Parts: sequence; structure tokens; C-alpha cells
Amino acid sequence: MQEHEQQRHGPGGFNRRDFLKGSSAAVAATAIVTAEQEALAQKKGSAPVQGPGKVDVTLTVNGKQHKLSVEPRTTLLDALRDQLNLTGCKDDFDTTSCSGSDTIIIDGKAVYASTRLAIEVQGQQIQTVESLRNGNNIDEVLSGFVKHDAMQCGFCTPGFVMATRAFLNQKPKATLKEIQDGLGGNICRCGTYKGITACALEIVKGGA
Amino acid sequence: MRPFEYVSPTTEAEAVEALNGHDGQTMVLAGGTDLISLLQRDAVQTQRVVDIKKIDTLKSIEQVDDGVLIGATVTLDEALESPLLAGHDSIAQVIDGHRAIQIQSSGTLVGDLCQMPQCWYFRNGFGVLGRKDGESLAELGDNRYHAVFGNAGPAKFVCASRFAPSMVAWGAKVRVIGPTPEDEQFVPLEYFFVTPRLESQGVTVLKQGQLVTHIWLPTVADMKSGSYEVLESKGLDRPQAAASVCLQTEGDFVRDARIVMGHVAPTPWIAHEAARALVGQRLDEDMAGHIGDLAVSKATPLSMNEYKVAMARAAVKRSLLRAVGKLDAALV
Repeated sequence: MQEHEQQRHGPGGFNRRDFLKGSSAAVAATAIVTAEQEALAQKKGSAPVQGPGKVDVTLTVNGKQHKLSVEPRTTLLDALRDQLNLTGCKDDFDTTSCSGSDTIIIDGKAVYASTRLAIEVQGQQIQTVESLRNGNNIDEVLSGFVKHDAMQCGFCTPGFVMATRAFLNQKPKATLKEIQDGLGGNICRCGTYKGITACALEIVKGGA
Repeated sequence: MRPFEYVSPTTEAEAVEALNGHDGQTMVLAGGTDLISLLQRDAVQTQRVVDIKKIDTLKSIEQVDDGVLIGATVTLDEALESPLLAGHDSIAQVIDGHRAIQIQSSGTLVGDLCQMPQCWYFRNGFGVLGRKDGESLAELGDNRYHAVFGNAGPAKFVCASRFAPSMVAWGAKVRVIGPTPEDEQFVPLEYFFVTPRLESQGVTVLKQGQLVTHIWLPTVADMKSGSYEVLESKGLDRPQAAASVCLQTEGDFVRDARIVMGHVAPTPWIAHEAARALVGQRLDEDMAGHIGDLAVSKATPLSMNEYKVAMARAAVKRSLLRAVGKLDAALV
């Protein structure tokens, strides 16, 4: 009997209706298919099939390696929040579209954590907002946000901080227009854009 | 999200083989900017996700004899930086229009061409035709973002691809492989998109076990190109109407023209008559407006989207002016 974790969103997991609909039949079918595929894989040297049950993965988050057991359908966002307790990246699924509050940095580039599966980012350098403060060593984007009062409710803030960090790494000499366009992938419902762009502009001009 | 298997092939042949499993109930994963949310919303179901990011042959932009080949996992920011695409202004303008570094660094050009419609009936599980109890929700309900061309049949959605208009105008083709590892074909992009009459027909010509591996884009010397997307707001947004043109000119006069509108029909919408009318004419602001009028003269808006016709006209006019470097002067 294949057990699936409770998922944050949508169908799947411990859903009574799905369970009754034919999980036993599905499991039996999966077993047959897997056996066939294994035989086929050995013959042709084809790519291995992982899941749908739990798979062991290793994620490199903020410089540390973590061994996790996740289903292929687990998003990186869910793995970071639910298994590694890195709740800085926010789950904004309830909004009608992505608002960027789940922004993290993978291999130096800003990425929405909810658009990646945990299983596909193995071996890549994942950086979350928690990495920007290390004891008294505080990233200038963080202190700049405080200085320019660039938050109200704070829900979008961690994502905005990471987007700003990634953007300034790529374009340390950005203009106001480039900053406004470059940070267009994040939305703040409170309207703190003014403080955020002021913070980014100050860093461009030589530090907070 | 429903459970699924994960396969990460390293060659094209392995990818095709993996896609053929489970009777083809499989999906291709590249940037993930669209697929993951579709799966979370249960708008699509799959038994297996095939991640093509580890296939080396799909990672680069290469010069070929008469054009460039863009691999399926080339992201928007990689394309923007490539010197091989420096002459394709209309494509760079669309990349610039994606005002999110997250989408630019994850999203792929091929993924954009293959993405499913943004139609809210589809996204909420009523299928691409948006039907419930035999009635078209898009026809009876809120259709402010739906098609103003090609909407006589059951399909009312608009093609979601933002690069399709510019690439169709350039005469691009897509390389499709599968369902057997030997099958390979180059499909002209203008025939790639489908207006389905049945739910099972899908929105592209891709069949089970097939995937797009490359875009072939011709390089043409002294081709002038321009795109214009009408966006609702400043940040993360999708165009409500767009147009892209490719022109060959002599002085101020147009020798050859191709005009394609986007987000107005279930497929990229080629304005043949308007393009023909432009040939031999001097392209100035009045002429661009006249061509815009011609391009939308046969629009058939639904109950709530007549406003999109004016937007499409403006997009055609402005993309023409942008191609010849007269847009900024006209907007002042």
C-alpha cells in the first residue's frame, strides 16, 4: 500500500474520495508497470524512473547538505518549509497568481521556489533568506530594507529581499528603471515599492 | 498535487522513451514556471513528469547554415545575452517585457511556445474548451480575456505564448521528435498551434510521446522587426493583446511585410491582408494606423471583450512604428 503525504494544495494525499476511487487498483497496476520498466531499463539502459513514492534526495541549502525523503511531486517550497523549517519563503498559492514571496536564489539566480520540484534541484546551490543574516553579519539588503522602511505587513518581504539580492548581484550598476522592471516579478499588496527601490538605489550608489 | 513519477533523461532518445510510458500520460518539465501550478490546480493530470534539463543537446543556442537553433532548455535571460540573437529585435523586446527576473531565469523559449492557455475556465478544471454540462462557459460567462478572432468554434481561449507572434513573423520552425526515437520533423511554427474542436485535440500538433527539442529561427540580413505587447499593469502580467512584425524596406518604403497578432485568438493570428496592403507603401504614423485598422477589421469579439479589438489595433500600429524606429517619436 503506497502511502502519500498530505499535500498543501489540490488533490492527492489522504483524500478519502481518491482513496475509494481505486487506490488499490492503481497500486497493483503501478507494481506491474514498474516491474516491466525495470526489465526494460536493464535491457536498454534507459533513464531510471523515480517515485511516485518517497525518494531520498540531498539538497544543498545555505551551504549545508541535507538528506531528505520526498515524493517527486513535493515542491522545493514545501520541502524547505515543512522539512527544513526554513519558513522565510512564503507560500502564496492562495493568491490567483504567483506574487514572488517564495523567491529564493538557486545557483545565483532568483527562482520561485514553488516552480521547482525538490527532486530536480539536487546538486545546485540553494540560498534562502535565512542565509542573509549570520550573527552580527547582516546583508546590506536587509539593513537597507529596515532603513528605508520597506515593509508593512511583511509577507512579501523575504521574497522581495531575495529578488533584490539576486538582481543587484547581476546588475550592481542598475538604473531606477532597470530596478523597477527587474523587480517586477514581486508584488507587495501594501505598496512598499518606494522604500524597496530607494534601498536598491542606495546600494547601487555605494552601500547602505 | 496528485502523485507522479519523475524521470530525468540525459539523451533525446531516453526522453522520447520516457514520454511513451503510461500510454503517453506524461508531461515534459523544463522551467516549471507553468507546469507545476497546473498540476497543483489539477488542471492537468499526469502519471509521469519527464525533466529535460539534463539533456546536453538542448542547452545551447547554435549557429546553423541559414539560421540559429535554440534548444528547449535555453532560458529567456540566456537568449537575451546570446550574440546569435542580436539581430532579432522583436524577440528581445518580448523578453524585456517579462518584467520578472524569476521568469527570465527559469522560463524557456520552447516552454513559452508549449504552455497551456491562461483561460480561467481551463485553469479551474473545465478543460481548454471551458465547457460544463454541454455549454460553453466562455461564451455565456465572463470572457473579457478571451478570443476576438477565430472564436466561431467551441474554442474561445487565446494562445498563451508570448513569443509565438514574433517567431511566426520571423518564419520559425520547431523541431519535434517522437513518438519513436527515429522520428524527427521540422514543423513551421504557424502550423504548430491548433484551434481544437474537441477537448482531446489539444492546443498544439504535439501528440503523445512527442516533444519540441529546438526552435529554428532564420537569420535574414537587414530584416527590421518589432513587437508591442499591451499590458494591463506594470509588473507581473500577461498581455491582453500583442503584435509583432517583420519588414523589409527600401528607404521609407516597405518591400515585404509579415504581421502577426497575439493573445487575440486560439492561435497566433496572421494579418495577411493588412500585410499585403502595406507592401509598396511609405510607412509613417498614419499608414501604421491604417494597417492597424485593416488588421482588426474582421474581428468577432465576444460579449465582454470588444475593448481588445482597439488594443490589437494599437499593438499592430506600434509594433510597425517600433520596427522602423519611429515609436518613441509617435508616443510623445
